[in-house]
Amino acid sequence: MEILSKLHAKNLVQWAKDKPDVLVLSADLTSSTEIDLFRNTYPDRFISFGVAEQNMMSFAGGLAREGFFPFVHTFAVFIYRRAYDQIAMSISYPNLPVRMFGFLPGVTTPGGATHQAIEDISIIRSLPNMTILECGDATDVETVLDCAHAVNGPVYIRMLRGEIPRLFDKSEPMILRKSRQLSRGNDITILSSGICTEEAIRAVEALKKQGISITHLHISTLKPFNDSAVLEALSANKYGVITMENHTIIGGLGSIVAEKMAEQGTSNKLFRIGIKDTYLHGASREYLMKEYGIDATVLIRTVEDITDFRFNITEGDLKKVHIAPMHSDAKAEAL
Amino acid sequence: MLQTLSIQKLQQAAKGIRRRVLEYVIKNNGGYLSQACSSAEMLSSLYLEIMNLGKVESPIMPLPFSGVPGQNNPDYFTGAMFNGPKAQSFDRFILSPSQYSLVLYAALIETGRMAPEGLEQFNKDGSTVEMIGAEHSPGMEIMSGSLGQGLSQAAGIAYARRLKGETGKTWVFMSDGEFQIGQTWEAMQTMSFYKLDNTGIYVDVNGYQCDGRTSSVMNIEPLDERLGSFGARVFKVNGHDIDELIAPSKLEPDGRPLVVLCYTNPYQGIEILKEYAPKFHYIRFKAEAERQRLSDFLKQTYGDSF
Repeated sequence: MEILSKLHAKNLVQWAKDKPDVLVLSADLTSSTEIDLFRNTYPDRFISFGVAEQNMMSFAGGLAREGFFPFVHTFAVFIYRRAYDQIAMSISYPNLPVRMFGFLPGVTTPGGATHQAIEDISIIRSLPNMTILECGDATDVETVLDCAHAVNGPVYIRMLRGEIPRLFDKSEPMILRKSRQLSRGNDITILSSGICTEEAIRAVEALKKQGISITHLHISTLKPFNDSAVLEALSANKYGVITMENHTIIGGLGSIVAEKMAEQGTSNKLFRIGIKDTYLHGASREYLMKEYGIDATVLIRTVEDITDFRFNITEGDLKKVHIAPMHSDAKAEAL
Repeated sequence: MLQTLSIQKLQQAAKGIRRRVLEYVIKNNGGYLSQACSSAEMLSSLYLEIMNLGKVESPIMPLPFSGVPGQNNPDYFTGAMFNGPKAQSFDRFILSPSQYSLVLYAALIETGRMAPEGLEQFNKDGSTVEMIGAEHSPGMEIMSGSLGQGLSQAAGIAYARRLKGETGKTWVFMSDGEFQIGQTWEAMQTMSFYKLDNTGIYVDVNGYQCDGRTSSVMNIEPLDERLGSFGARVFKVNGHDIDELIAPSKLEPDGRPLVVLCYTNPYQGIEILKEYAPKFHYIRFKAEAERQRLSDFLKQTYGDSF
């Protein structure tokens, strides 16, 4: 599998080249959110705020009211937890085109409970006017800018950084409000988002060899949630629907799907894989995925429970996952 | 003025803090090293002279992570035990920027509160000796890694202690970057309004933050005048001078919260780090030669063994 490094850094500079009204805002995490190259290339379009997210968010609202497109960059957790009222009243209420890039979602940081955004989708989703996008691979990261920029309103993006695998062909960009169909079948429907899609792909490959027929969709637009292919897949299965997310099961993908299934009157069962209503702690991503049950093996166990089959699939049967080193040139610090 | 012997003891502990953090950073190819350079004397002075903490019987071995707080987790603990038993006359310590955790762990070892072997659990899966510590980490008792929340929580603790008639003080360690945050100023305004002179704030003014030189990221100076106008009792000291660090802590409280601005050097004691300017926040080696150079420096300065 192709692993790409510091994609956003180079991509943003290239993408923003002919967009002089795109400004980048930073709260003391410039290299940590891969905007150091942008700062060096277009210093006049870069605004430093220091550790002051509330001010940065309302300031972004002011810039947007004057016709600019503020691209706010910081860790996901600091966007919504530190500046929620500011987002609501300065950005989301007036429906301003502020793009908020939230890095290190969920288990992707070992920084502990203070740094782990586990309920960001839940919180931001309840704000009117918001669009929510989430990246799951290198192609998503490369093409999310166009998707976000097509929205006439505020957008929150769950972003990836550092070393990122390419799961989807480079020629197939992320498309706003559309899922990616990764597998087609009629026993089970699996909906995955973010880094959980790589885990789901590993599990689905092994499960298909066991004769299970699976529809697997990768979700990148979490709000609005109205892709007809997804809505149809919720009822087109024999055993039920499984959601899988790097987020608490309260308010994220699992909840969104539950709401849709109830509204549609889908009588199938829903199984939510995600963080089970708990805070996490500081440890490696691989450890946390296992500890909190959001990896490929948990998906296989869930399918076993639903179908009442035992597949005897072991870790060794699964494709190896790329584990990025704690310290590498691909990121500014070990977070 | 402290006795020469005491000063030597504090300086020795500061040296030990730098040495332990440097050792870790060399071993792991990176880490929060400049924070140890700037704050080693501050922490050794706080722990060995300024704070009146309860004793620990013998150096404590950190416990593994036992879950987050909740109604169904009776096993939950905080890292406050490393600061000794709580009592009405004892002081309390609050670390606000958890990015200094490794420096705090080293300080706990140097002051006989944490077992040296405990540092081997640093940043290991399932351990409480976390890179960015949480309230279960050694020496910590609140959640403070989201910057700017430590001071308000400490103020709440100090206010509550005064309500209960407790005589112990509450000491807070802060970083200068936190003075860019609005909440810090809300806390200062509250502390002076309620005359919380049972608090003492030691600020590591090393002049650098994640993005570089604080004066170029978002200026916070003149910090003494700004704080003074908020009603604080402010002292500017050389953060590497033990006598200067300790003197303000010995004054009789006068109704104002005490703030000691410790002007420090982010490469104090490890001068070759100067080349990393202005990127001191997280030291990482791009080539083996860089690591070797620091390794040689460690051997020359501190010898081979502890």
